[in-house]
Formats: sequence, C-alpha cells, structure tokens
Amino acid sequence: MATKTLAGVTVEVNEEGYFLDPSKWTKEMAVEIAKEEGLELTDQHFLLLDFLRTRFATGEALTIRGVGKSGIVDIKGFYGLFPGAPMKKAAKIAGIPKPASCI
Amino acid sequence: MEKEQYPLKKVCIICAKGSIEDVYATLVMANGAVMEGIETKVFFTFFGLDAITTKQMKKLHTATVGNPAMRMPGGLAFPTILGMIPGVEAGVSKMMKSQMAALDMPDVDEFLDMITAGGGEIYACKLAVEMFKLKKEDFNENVKDIITIGDFYGLCGGQGTQIIFT
Repeated sequence: MATKTLAGVTVEVNEEGYFLDPSKWTKEMAVEIAKEEGLELTDQHFLLLDFLRTRFATGEALTIRGVGKSGIVDIKGFYGLFPGAPMKKAAKIAGIPKPASCI
Repeated sequence: MEKEQYPLKKVCIICAKGSIEDVYATLVMANGAVMEGIETKVFFTFFGLDAITTKQMKKLHTATVGNPAMRMPGGLAFPTILGMIPGVEAGVSKMMKSQMAALDMPDVDEFLDMITAGGGEIYACKLAVEMFKLKKEDFNENVKDIITIGDFYGLCGGQGTQIIFT
C-alpha cells in the first residue's frame, strides 16, 4: 500500500496507483492524475468519469462495451479521450479500482 | 510499481478455424490486446474466414462431433452419436451463444467494430479468399484488406511482437 498527495490531500492508493477508497476522490484530484497520464480533462472526460463512478458504485461491470452504450461517447471516442488503455486509464483517473473485465 | 523489462507491444493473431470457440478465442484476445493499448493485427484464413464473411459470421457453430470436451449441461458425458442427430449442433450452438450473451459478450460483428474502434486491424488471407471464391464485398466492413501471408508477416515486425495462432 502506498499514499499519494493529490490536490493537497493525502490518499491511499495501491501499488499501481488506483484509489483504495473511491469516496476520497475529488475532481481536483482527477485533474492531477490526468496530468500524470498526459491528459487535459474536458467536460466529456468528466461525464465519463461520472458514468464510471456511478457504474462502479452500483456494482456493475465496467466494460468498454458498456461505455459505448453510455450515450456519452462511442467506443472510438472513448479510445480517443483516453488513448492507449482507456478503461484502465479512466478508472485510475476516476478514483476507482482497476477494472477486472476481459471484454 | 515494478515495470516489466520487455513489455508486449504488438500481437499478430492468426485464426484458421471457424467454430464459435475458435473465433471467440481470437476476438477476445484481439480485443483484450487493444484494450491494453497493445497494437493488434488479426489475420483470418481458411475456415476462419467465416468470422468476417457477412453471410456466415452470424451463423457460427460449435462442433458436437469430434469434440471430446463437449458435455451435457450438468457435466455428464455427451455421446458422440447424439451430436450427429440433425438439429443438435444448432441447438448446442444456440445455447453457447446465449451463455456468452449472458456474460455480455458481443456478437461477432460488434466485436470486430470494437477491435477496429480501438485501432486494431483485421485482414483476410488472399490464398483462402481465392480458394473459397470470395470477394472484398463479401466481407464485413471492418476488414481492412485482403493480403498474402508474406504481407502479414511484414506487419509483424518490431521488438516486443508476438504471433499467436489460435
């Protein structure tokens, strides 16, 4: 277990940098994590972060396909907003655990 | 975080078979690679072409004959002779598909959409395309090109690349 100081607050994260307690997350922290990932967050990014946090809170699986059906962006748009490994990157920025989905 | 010294950068997957499980193994691995940010190329050849042929892609079956891993629901042995009865293969295939749908696994065409949306590339084998007398327009729109195996190997270069034959 490790800690990380984001937006002036110290939070607990795992060795890969994912939040241990999603309730500690704030939008200011998201902006800082995104910067580490080389991303500048837009309104659309925040809509997606909200979507993922809500889905995580209700215990639903986080899948790329689910994001594609969110009505916020299509799958291509999701890859565009979080280039590389979008699901992992978005989860890290959203302050939720690393998704364990294969699809 | 411990970083792997030589991370996987590119996967080139070859699918030569057209049963549900062979095709889905390919699609899950390809999409999984795309999701991880790994460059992905998929080459469909021989019966694997069914997975990208518009007419066939929704009609994939699983073999009920010659498949020793085939079992009844509940785990009892599945007598091969049962698999020969007309309609059994279709029924078993339908059941496989419904079980996959329950896990939120997409249909083949949607899976291909997902792979290309993330930058993965899908190719058809020129030799097999000629053998089955198919044309470019017979394929799903996600198929980037019909190429030779030599062309495909040409796409498989670079450090951190693996070729996978499913």
